[in-house]
Amino acid sequence: MHSFQSMLNYFPEEVLEHVFDFLTSHRDRNAVSLVCKSWYAVERFSREKVFVGNCYAISPERLIARFPRFRSLTLKGKPHFADFNLVPNDWGGYVQPWIESIVRGGVNLEELRLKRMLVSDESLELLATFFPNFKSLVLVSCEGFTTDGLAAIASNCRFLRELDLQENEVEDRRGQWLSCFPDSCTSLVSLNFTCLKGEVNLASLERLVARCRNLRSLRVNNAVPLDALQRILAQAPQLVDLGTGSFVHDPDTESYNKLETSMQKCTSITSLSGFLDVSARCLPAVYPICGQLTSLNLSYAPGIYSDELVKLICYCNRLERLLVLDTIGDKGLGVVASSCKELQELRVFLSDVYGIGNTAVTEEGLVAISAGCPKLNSILYFCQQMTNEALIMVAKNCPNFIRFRLCTLNPTVPDAITMQPLDEGFGAIVKSCKDLKRLSISGLLTDQVFLYIGRYAKQLEMLSIAFAGDSDKGMLCVLNGCKKLKKLEIRDCPFGNVALLADMGKYETMRSLWMSSCEVTFGACKTLARKMPRLNVEIINENDQIEASFDDKQKVEKMYLYRTLVGPRKDAPGFVWTL
Amino acid sequence: MAKYSSLGLETELTLALPGGGGGGDPSGSMETKQKKRVFFEFSGEESKVVSKNQVVGWPPVCSYRRKNSFSGEERTKMYVKVSMDGAPFLRKIDLSAHEGYSGLIMALEKLFGCYGIGEGDNNEYVPIYEDKDGDWMLVGDVPWQMFSGSCKRLRIMKRLDAKGIKLHAKDLLKGISIEA
Repeated sequence: MHSFQSMLNYFPEEVLEHVFDFLTSHRDRNAVSLVCKSWYAVERFSREKVFVGNCYAISPERLIARFPRFRSLTLKGKPHFADFNLVPNDWGGYVQPWIESIVRGGVNLEELRLKRMLVSDESLELLATFFPNFKSLVLVSCEGFTTDGLAAIASNCRFLRELDLQENEVEDRRGQWLSCFPDSCTSLVSLNFTCLKGEVNLASLERLVARCRNLRSLRVNNAVPLDALQRILAQAPQLVDLGTGSFVHDPDTESYNKLETSMQKCTSITSLSGFLDVSARCLPAVYPICGQLTSLNLSYAPGIYSDELVKLICYCNRLERLLVLDTIGDKGLGVVASSCKELQELRVFLSDVYGIGNTAVTEEGLVAISAGCPKLNSILYFCQQMTNEALIMVAKNCPNFIRFRLCTLNPTVPDAITMQPLDEGFGAIVKSCKDLKRLSISGLLTDQVFLYIGRYAKQLEMLSIAFAGDSDKGMLCVLNGCKKLKKLEIRDCPFGNVALLADMGKYETMRSLWMSSCEVTFGACKTLARKMPRLNVEIINENDQIEASFDDKQKVEKMYLYRTLVGPRKDAPGFVWTL
Repeated sequence: MAKYSSLGLETELTLALPGGGGGGDPSGSMETKQKKRVFFEFSGEESKVVSKNQVVGWPPVCSYRRKNSFSGEERTKMYVKVSMDGAPFLRKIDLSAHEGYSGLIMALEKLFGCYGIGEGDNNEYVPIYEDKDGDWMLVGDVPWQMFSGSCKRLRIMKRLDAKGIKLHAKDLLKGISIEA
């Protein structure tokens, strides 16, 4: 009688490998590699795509040792709150050491995706020089490089398919980087340079588009005028995703009429964005393609007001994803609710970050959307006010939320009608939405909301909290109850040492914890660091105080801790102290 | 003189700026202007940062979006002609490049070298503008956003030409046209 183990031994590795080829999710592959030693071995040689959620959790050498044949790497650097200026620019997250190691390790890198990392021109030059098969570069919220680095990529990556730059800070060197794509380059499938501020050579761009017959996604920047866009569209009617440049023109001209004609021929466009500079009178040019759109991003267009937005959106009956500014207003959201029955994701951003004007949406808009769009599963909503009643209704209408992020302009605003905390509203959301993975809460909130979160949000992976709670009990509820929690970020809450130290082992099951302007003391952080060697506990102190002057009882301004297999990092700047 | 400031300051009459002139003021020379002419006083919107929004990192908008955001009006450039009595030629100024009256006055002063036009009743010149209705108005009466949305051209007028007309902000009635 054969044991199960010997049966497995008869299973040739090639078969296992073939089966594993069907596993694309890194979570599935991670699970598979835990089954037994031979599965671990087969899996590690066959893994092509590696995802590293925190670039300091592992070293590139160890990664290459385990997955010698990987071709695609995703890396994330700074913590999420760095987006809101809570983390100094030079905190870390350098990609250079990774690229150097990958070069030395003889890896055949084809794809690199980076988020919130510091990228230098030198890094990009290394990529361009040492990886002849390099195909795809995606940079999101990165900085540190210039258009010179892009020129290196354009010049040398002969098989480049994708260059996707999203929301990066890029210094413009006026070197005509786009003209560096050689005439022999015909492989581009996706090109996105919306975030670049400088000019590009329009003739080069048009020629590039003309020769890249497989181009599916093109997002240009503000320096590309409307008439150039028209010429581009005429060459590339096969586009699926379009990001316009400047959309300002006199509609009574031939250029504009030509644009309308070219736009009509683009029957494959399902995703539309851009409009950084837009005149409302030009919008009718896109009406012909509205009916085919599944994704629309107008969130960079403050110049379009509710009436015009609505005129456009009411044609978009197939829309699944919508990003707008709060200039749309509650009424506008009502129109969205009645026009866009397929809507799954909605993001309503602030048009007026400094809080001067009156354009904002309220709970009414949110309720209208939830009532009209049954498929809604992801929302980011910046609003002036909220009520428990509204949230309860939203929870009832949309039990399928995976992501629910609400942000009130005043971080501690109570229920606009009852003046009560918003605990019950958010409680209803977590109770109803059993698959909720990401939650951001705001408004007046007591420990009660955390009781609800801990009790009901069983699938929650990421939680963002600001100006909420009354005591350690709140944080404890979350740490105890949310078994799948991966990222917890907290600012300005009265959570302290008791909560921090109650279950230290929990942090090894999570990617990271951020706490700023809370009640945690220096002494508690030291204790945690001492007891948990596989955590890096970083104190970020921008006031340049000498370490010796830190009293154990002193409150820590910013603490960021994360699990790691490689100990304290060696590139921490002076104001970051790893305990 | 009544204070129209919306920031809820005390009712004691002072010539100080709303919000103490501290937060968000780009010009830096506001302290010296505190004792002078008060038409800055009424435009509470000038100070970009209202006290409760001075929390770092709130609202949580990423810096990329903050840079693309604005304060409620269209971001297109608004060039208007500026004439100054006695000057041989006109200039042009972009209203959208300024966040408030102080920035505008400073820019005008630099253009023409006529310092002090924003101040007191002693100055030789006074800034006026032509609005959408074709009326000539004193600069500074209405909130900045309203002004920049309706201003068609500017003129730096010799105060002597307006003799007989009281130029206190709250006294000037809409619709009185001053001969250009």
